[in-house]
Parts: sequence; C-alpha cells; structure tokens
Amino acid sequence: MLNNINNKIEMVKASKLAKTFYNIIAVNNVNFSVYKQECFGLLGPNGAGKTTTVRMIYCFLEPSGGELIVLGKNVLKNPREIKSCIGVCPQENNLDPDLTVWDNLRVFARYFDIGRNEARARCEELLHFVGLFNKKDSRIDELSGGMKRRLIIARSLINKPNLLIMDEPTTGLDPQGKHQVWETIMQLKGQGTTFVLTTHYMDEAAHLCDRIVIMDKGDIIMEGRPRELVENNIGSNVIEIYSSDSEIENYMKSKNLKYEKTKTHYYIYVKGGEKELTEICERFGSEICSLRMANLEDVFLKSTGRELRE
Amino acid sequence: MKRILKNISWRSLRVWQRNYDVYLATWKVNFIPPLLEPFLYLLAFGVGLGQLVNDVTYNSTQISYLKFIGPGLIAVAIMNHGFFETTYASFVRMYYQKTFDAILSTPLTIEDVVFGELLWGATKSLFAGAIMLIVMIFFNLVSFPFSLWVLPVSFIAGMTFSSMGMCFTAIVRNIEMFNFPVFLFITPMFLFSGVFFPLSTLPLWAQYVAWFLPLTFLVSAIRAIALGIFSFNILLQLLVLIFIAFICTLLCLMMMKKRLLK
Ligand SMILES: Nc1ncnc2c1ncn2[C@@H]1O[C@H](COP(=O)(O)OP(=O)(O)OP(=O)(O)O)[C@@H](O)[C@H]1O
Ligand SMILES: [Mg+2]
Repeated sequence: MLNNINNKIEMVKASKLAKTFYNIIAVNNVNFSVYKQECFGLLGPNGAGKTTTVRMIYCFLEPSGGELIVLGKNVLKNPREIKSCIGVCPQENNLDPDLTVWDNLRVFARYFDIGRNEARARCEELLHFVGLFNKKDSRIDELSGGMKRRLIIARSLINKPNLLIMDEPTTGLDPQGKHQVWETIMQLKGQGTTFVLTTHYMDEAAHLCDRIVIMDKGDIIMEGRPRELVENNIGSNVIEIYSSDSEIENYMKSKNLKYEKTKTHYYIYVKGGEKELTEICERFGSEICSLRMANLEDVFLKSTGRELRE
Repeated sequence: MKRILKNISWRSLRVWQRNYDVYLATWKVNFIPPLLEPFLYLLAFGVGLGQLVNDVTYNSTQISYLKFIGPGLIAVAIMNHGFFETTYASFVRMYYQKTFDAILSTPLTIEDVVFGELLWGATKSLFAGAIMLIVMIFFNLVSFPFSLWVLPVSFIAGMTFSSMGMCFTAIVRNIEMFNFPVFLFITPMFLFSGVFFPLSTLPLWAQYVAWFLPLTFLVSAIRAIALGIFSFNILLQLLVLIFIAFICTLLCLMMMKKRLLK
C-alpha cells in the first residue's frame, strides 16, 4: 500500500537509508520522501552519493542499512515488482550498441513482457515523441550525444512508468538538447509522472524541481523548495565584488553584512541591496561591484563549500 | 543457495532472445567460421596427420584415425563455443557495453541475466556441435541416426563449459586476463583429453590426471555416441558433466552478483 500523508501519496520513502562500499560511506542514514506528481531533485558535488541513492531506488544496489520503500514496496523484498513500474535514465549511457535504435526499444519492451503488437505501437509513438523516428534504423554509434540521451529517455518510458528516475539527464548536452529534455520532462510531469532527478545544473533544478535536497559526503544537508532555500539562506540579492581588499571586509563587518569571501571575490548577501551597492561603489569604485539576483547556485556553494571534491 | 535459485525465472529467456536477435542480425559473420572450422580440422588432422597415423584400436576394433578424432573435434567445438561465449563475449557485454546494467533496470534479476547468458552459451555449443555433426554425417564418419544424440549432449556440455567460463568472467579485472584460463585450462584440455590419441597410450598417472579434466568426459561420451556404441558409461559421464554445470552455475551466479551489485 502507498502511504497517504496529508493527501500526498509517498512514491519513495527512505528512512535512515545507508550504503557502504567496503569502508567508504557513500550514503549516510538519510531520510527523505518523494510525493506523487512532484519533481524531486538530488543535488550535490561529485561523490556526494546521488547516484548511489538513485541506484538503491531502482533496486540496482541493495541498501546496507535503513529502509527504502518504493511505490509502497520494499526494495529488498519486491525488486521485480518495483522495477516493472519505474523508468530509469542512468548517468552512463548504456544503450545496446549491438542493436539498432528501433531494436533497442523493441528488445527493452520484451524485458517488460510487452506483447509484440503493443511494443511496435509503443516504439513508434516514443520515437516520434523524442524526434528520432527518422533514425530508427541507425546504429547507436551513429547517434550524437544528445540523440543518445533522448533515446535513453524514450527507452525509460517503454513501460509507462509512474516514477521516472533520471541521473544527470542533461549532462553534456548543448542548450538546444537541454531545453528539449526539459520540455520532455515538463510534458511528462503534466501527464502525472513523478520524477527523481539528479543534476549539477542549478538552473535545471530551479526550473524543473518542486523540491530539492542537497547532499554532501553522503549526508543530506539541506531540503526544501528551490525558491524558499534561496530566500532563507541567501536573501534576495547578491553583490559581487571583484576584489580581495581587506578594507572591504572591515567595512562589511562594521555594517553587519552577511558575506562570503573567496580568493578573488566577496559575495554579500542582501535583501534589496541598492543602498549598500551605492555605498560600496562610492567607497571602493564601481568597476568592481555588481548586483544580481540570488540563485540556487549561491545556496549550493554556501552549503557545500567551494573546494573541489576528490 | 535457495535464494539464488529462487531468483532465476523464465525471464532468462529474454536475455537469450536478445543475444539471438544480435546473432541473427550478423548471422553471416556468426555462421561461416563455425562451418569452416570442421573442414579445416578434418583437413589438417584427419587427412594431413592421418596419412602418418595407422588405424586406432577403439572398443577392441580397428577404426580409421579420421573416425577416431572426428567425435573428439565435435567435443572441442562444443567446449570452445560455450567457453568463449561466456568469457570474451559476455565480458564485452557486461564491462564495455553495460548491457547487463541496462537489463537490470527492468524486471529481470542479475540471476536471470547470468543464467540467460549461460543458456545462450550452451546454445552456441549446440549450434557448433550440430554443424560439426552434419559435416561428419556428410563424410560418413559417424553412425546415423544414433549420433543425433550428440545434439542434446552438446547443450548439456555447453552448460558445463559456459558456466565454467562465467566463473572466470566474474573474477577477471580486464579482458586480457582471460589468457590465463585459456592457457592453463582450455589448451591442456584440448591436448590431453583424448581428442587426438587414446588415453590408454598415456602413462597411468597421466590417465588419472586426464580424468580430472571435464573435456575428457565429453570426448569419451561423444565418441561412444557418434560411433554408435551405447554403454552406461555414457550416462555416468553425462552425470559428471551435469554435476560440474550445476556447481559452476551456482558459483558464477554468486560471484557475478557480488561483482555487479557489491
Ligand atoms: N561501486 C562502487 N564501489 C566503491 N565505491 C563506490 C562505488 N560507487 C560509488 N562509490 C563511492 O561512493 C561515493 C558516492 O558516489 P556516487 O556515484 O553516488 O556520487 P555522485 O553523487 O553520483 O557523484 P557524481 O556527481 O560525480 O555523479 C563516492 O565516494 C564513490 O567513490
Ligand atoms: Mg552520479
């Protein structure tokens, strides 16, 4: 049975979910829920544990601790049933290079026990949907990166899934390809599909996701709606100052401003900011200052730090 | 063990079908080499070497050298096609093409996938055995129709060698490492399992060693069947092959699960 909390149906429920590889803790006792018809985003730096988390959701990896319920079923007990109702776009391309575009879909439909005639209709419909019908007899290595991505999306829809899991669906795509994928996702969402999506692009998360969590080193460090996260953690605007002059820092301290310092920049988090901007410009010169709207990337960098991950 | 067997289902056939589709799409490439193989072998060993070798005593009758090695070559083809399918070919699908990963996001389990690969390997053995047999029947080297029993035996032994191959696939880190099992395992079997000379010509200790090689059982069974001599030894030898297949299937299922799913 699916849990129904406040009229929100829980499609995924993770309680103290953990995964360890030998001595590496990839996912560390995380709790989260994904509700019906929402787009749930998993963000985090490289190695944060996003892929590991979604792999547990689609029953590729077994959790080493905690409980994971997907579509009302336990991933340890009913993986077959879960997998038959979800769609998966993995981070790495795993289209079948031995088969044509058409056969990739046809053979995949067979894994789901979709009958021959229905499969044919479904493959045709999906290839039109992702704009690859003209390529149906091509080999996989004749497709561009974006086409492969679209074919993977088509493949993940073959069983009409209720829950679609997408691990970095737009990584490596050009702006056209990215927007096409976004539109596809919006369309499917309109039809009632639930999404679990991982991404490194904050604009993508802000654009598509109703709710996000930010993971770091296996922990969830932040959770909420993109807008609210920005407002609560950053404010509405950011003044960027291209300078590392300590005078500026002293000034900000004296004014009690919220700011962050990097090797080359100061970032001041403000509500409106016009007044502060004028003052700073007057004191330190206007060439080095600019005011812009706060965004999710600010939240991300503030919460996970600016260092590269090993 | 119960849990592993429980996770195998008829869905394994879907993996078999996938491989069969690919095989059909490139059937010319897949079909011609196994068809030429027996001709080359028979030409080299039978006609070439056979000129130098006298008749061989088998089951206390004299038979030509060609008739003696013919069934042995069938056994070698069965071994090679099953073993190479689940080593090199499966490894490419698993490691380079990520085909297994893709299938695992469908209702199939890892056990379904691996067992499907074994069934396919055994099918390749069956094809190879069948082609060999047809050529031998054509040249009147084997008894007919009794030698048709070679076909089911090909499939059974195919399972034996496929599952052995899959055990190696579960542990090698890169594709070059398959040179070890081929050199330490396949080549010695090819040479010392009684394909080219009766085991009785070996010193006694070497004969005992030979009966530790799975191919020895297959050569012996196939030779008796192909020459139309029924004995209970055949059943015994088949039982050994089935036993090895069963153990190796369990082993490779366990090891593959560990390798792929951690
Ligand atoms: N199969 C594995 N064996 C051992 N360690 C692993 C395995 N898969 C992941 N890890 C480790 O688990 C941690 C989390 O990896 P994961 O792939 O989930 O990160 P991610 O958030 O998806 O990163 P990215 O943004 O780079 O895709 C990393 O430290 C990684 O090295
Ligand atoms: Mg990842």
